[in-house]
Amino acid sequence: MDFPLFHLDWLNNRFLIAVIAILHVLINHGLAVGFIPYITWLEYKGVKKAPSNQITDFEWDNFIYKKMKVAFIITTTIGAMTGVGIWFSAALISPTSIGSLIRVFFWAWFIEWIVFVTEVVLILIYFLTWKNANKSLHSKMRHIRFGWFLAIFSWITMALIVAILGFMMDPGNWNNDHSLMTGVFNPIYLPQLLFRTPTAMLVGGVYGLTLAFFFARKNKKLLKRSVKLSSKWILFWAPLSLFAAFNYWNVLPEAMIENMSTAVGTMDFQEYYDILKIVIIVAISSVLILALFGVFTPSKIKMWMVIIPCFFVFGFLGMFERVREFIRKPYVIGGYMYSNLLRVEDYPLYKKDGILKHATYATTSEITEENKIEAGRDVFMLTCSRCHTAKGVNSITYVFERMYGFGKPLDVASVAGYIPNMHMGRTYMPPFPGNEKELDALAHFIKSLQTSGESVEGAQTKGVKINQVNSVEQFKNRL
Amino acid sequence: MIFKVSTPIPKDIPLELPLPEWLLVTLLIVAFLAHIIFINLMLGGSIITLWAQIKGLKNKEYDTFAHEVAKTITVNKSMAVVLGVAPLLCINTLYTIYFYSANALTGFAWILIIPLVTVSFLLTYLHKYTWDALAESRRVHIGIIAAATGIFLFIPLIFLTNVNLMMFPEKWGTVRGFIDALLLPNVFPRYFEFLGACITITGVFLVGYHKRKRYRVEEKYTTLTRDEIIKLGYNIAFIGLGLQILFGIIVVFTLPSKGYGYDVLLSVILAGAMLVVAAFYTWKSMVASPKNRIYYGKIVTFVLIYLLIYGGSRQMYRHNALNKHQSLVVAKTKEFQKLSEDARLHPVVETVEADTTLGEFALGEALFKKNCSSCHKEKEKLVGPPMTEMVSIYKDDQEGLKAWIKAPGKKRPDYPQMPAFGSLTDQEREELAKFILNINSK
Repeated sequence: MDFPLFHLDWLNNRFLIAVIAILHVLINHGLAVGFIPYITWLEYKGVKKAPSNQITDFEWDNFIYKKMKVAFIITTTIGAMTGVGIWFSAALISPTSIGSLIRVFFWAWFIEWIVFVTEVVLILIYFLTWKNANKSLHSKMRHIRFGWFLAIFSWITMALIVAILGFMMDPGNWNNDHSLMTGVFNPIYLPQLLFRTPTAMLVGGVYGLTLAFFFARKNKKLLKRSVKLSSKWILFWAPLSLFAAFNYWNVLPEAMIENMSTAVGTMDFQEYYDILKIVIIVAISSVLILALFGVFTPSKIKMWMVIIPCFFVFGFLGMFERVREFIRKPYVIGGYMYSNLLRVEDYPLYKKDGILKHATYATTSEITEENKIEAGRDVFMLTCSRCHTAKGVNSITYVFERMYGFGKPLDVASVAGYIPNMHMGRTYMPPFPGNEKELDALAHFIKSLQTSGESVEGAQTKGVKINQVNSVEQFKNRL
Repeated sequence: MIFKVSTPIPKDIPLELPLPEWLLVTLLIVAFLAHIIFINLMLGGSIITLWAQIKGLKNKEYDTFAHEVAKTITVNKSMAVVLGVAPLLCINTLYTIYFYSANALTGFAWILIIPLVTVSFLLTYLHKYTWDALAESRRVHIGIIAAATGIFLFIPLIFLTNVNLMMFPEKWGTVRGFIDALLLPNVFPRYFEFLGACITITGVFLVGYHKRKRYRVEEKYTTLTRDEIIKLGYNIAFIGLGLQILFGIIVVFTLPSKGYGYDVLLSVILAGAMLVVAAFYTWKSMVASPKNRIYYGKIVTFVLIYLLIYGGSRQMYRHNALNKHQSLVVAKTKEFQKLSEDARLHPVVETVEADTTLGEFALGEALFKKNCSSCHKEKEKLVGPPMTEMVSIYKDDQEGLKAWIKAPGKKRPDYPQMPAFGSLTDQEREELAKFILNINSK
């Protein structure tokens, strides 16, 4: 409504956020939160098993250093930049929601920033002083201590951001009192954190196990010890992860179903919910089996056996984030703002005046026979474009043709009849916000897409047209 | 009048600022300063590394110097990114609609920052960790840092374009993509001034870096001495200061008048004076004998004061430029909230227009048209089954049909799930069921 709208008409806007966010989670959980304690633990193991006249087992220490180097390079480049990227992409695609979240969570994010800075300083110290610290036992033990500090700070960054994620799904009582603390301690927070923690450890172990095959390929002794220790690490965390996953899985519906108005919503949810259960079981048990073999017959483990569970874990984390995204629909901030970025409480006004009148950027605010298609395009941009495209992934014509038959011309009256009721059947859809005329214009625009095959450009290429009603000139006259 | 483009007044996010505005502004200036110093060091360091390494093709000592500088880039870049989060947070909070609007209007370039910076970071690591491995193919190795520097040089243009565009809502309607916004006045003079600052800060940093007693120059270099490297640092800083003063003057004259004021002019002149003083001491350090290069503390102080005043002047300009527009936005937001509240208190009541000629089925027919007809037809399947089929199932069971409408199940695997019509009253469902079941006798 109030921002020029960036729009990717083929790939779909959600795709951009999803790619950046999932990449970030895979790196953050796997190579930071779960990996640092794993590495520090292995570094410590090297000191414990050192030959009597030495500080550490230097061959082992160098091997662990190489694993850390991978994590260091990836987390301080792709990891850091995808973290910033989530913000950048959210600012483009979902400006109203991220703008609102920032107002609520300013201090949480500010503290998060201080933790970030500490984390970066610690990782720089931990990695860059590794070799120098090998001069005395005292400095080596101090180095290991830095490793533990770093692990704690990595975990805190995750703990803070999960509060915000949990909030987006279920703001708890925030809708009543709008305070930061009620927002942070929303009902999903602890179960989600409890789940992410051991899972990150698990993923860190799986990555570490995989890396061992790159750096110790030729050294059987090193590889065997590494497989055994990594497997022990995984065996420790896997049951916790499994338990926490089911706990989270159990609290979800209770919190989510409250948001869903009908039994049908539960059915759409159920589909995802069931798939998630299978994915949890398959991913974690495949890792468990691998780890069991790793502990008892470490030399039998081959690289391909590790790569497969590694991909299961990718799928698992990806699926988990997908479900998290799905179940918060039709809202972007539960109960407060719909995924079309319109606030729930402004709906009565839109119903009365229409949305075009209140849109800052639109070609017109008065719909006539002549400008119907143009106005319909504006309505599409304002109410559908955050999730639907005109001719690409999840396109608006596709969703209607799936219902009314592919290749058949759409019937404007049916489309217009369906839209106002869709949120009752498809509970992940927000209700249509506009008035009758806008509905009609939208239906005509959708039908026109079927024949024109036009793609709708976003503000990044087409720019914006200022709605004259909401220009400085006209507003001043109203004042 | 057709070509007239007007200024939009968007509504603001209707939530309170989480902290007083003055505090937010202070945080923004201070946090941005910390961020930009590391950005200066990262970009300036890459430029100096590239230069020194090319020079190092002939003189091995400069290759060593380049290596020493290169090691600082990867550290400074990590600090630069993480320190950038706070000013980003502050500017997002303080200027939500202005900043996000600029972001969207330059969308592709804005999001390109992420992959571009990632690639350049990876290149700096590649450059650092292949220093010995690529000893024999120096040109390839130099190519790596050249590519990284090239990207580093481009990124600030995207940021500057955004912080510039956000100050000119009257231009938002005219901008078509990043290039348009880049070409607005004010971007390039500020960009070159910024490049000068990168060189200055890096030069000053290199002096301090090599002054440290703990830093063993003798172990790393064969012919270059500590003093020669320090002098080189001063030379670099002096070049940077010269560029800054030159482009600073251009900025003073090219700054669009919109946000200008005596406050801005005064602080820009004051900032410029700091640069001149810093340049003077740098020059004195350059020409002094090794023992008499004693002005380092003064140079650092004046450069820091300059940065602070400059940061402040930019905030003043932004404030002057947006001030009026912001109060209109506040008024607009209030107006909208009032309208929204009124509409909540007096919502539109939806009425169903019945065709009275249909007698006792009139209301049912109207309800059907409104709620059911997009999926159900009389005799053929549309999305759901035709009405005739409903009649065959519920012929003697009107209550059953009513119950289904209220909470439908899913019977047919090849049909999509029917929505529940919980919003209809019992009376309305009654009328609807009556109409459906009598469709054959109509």
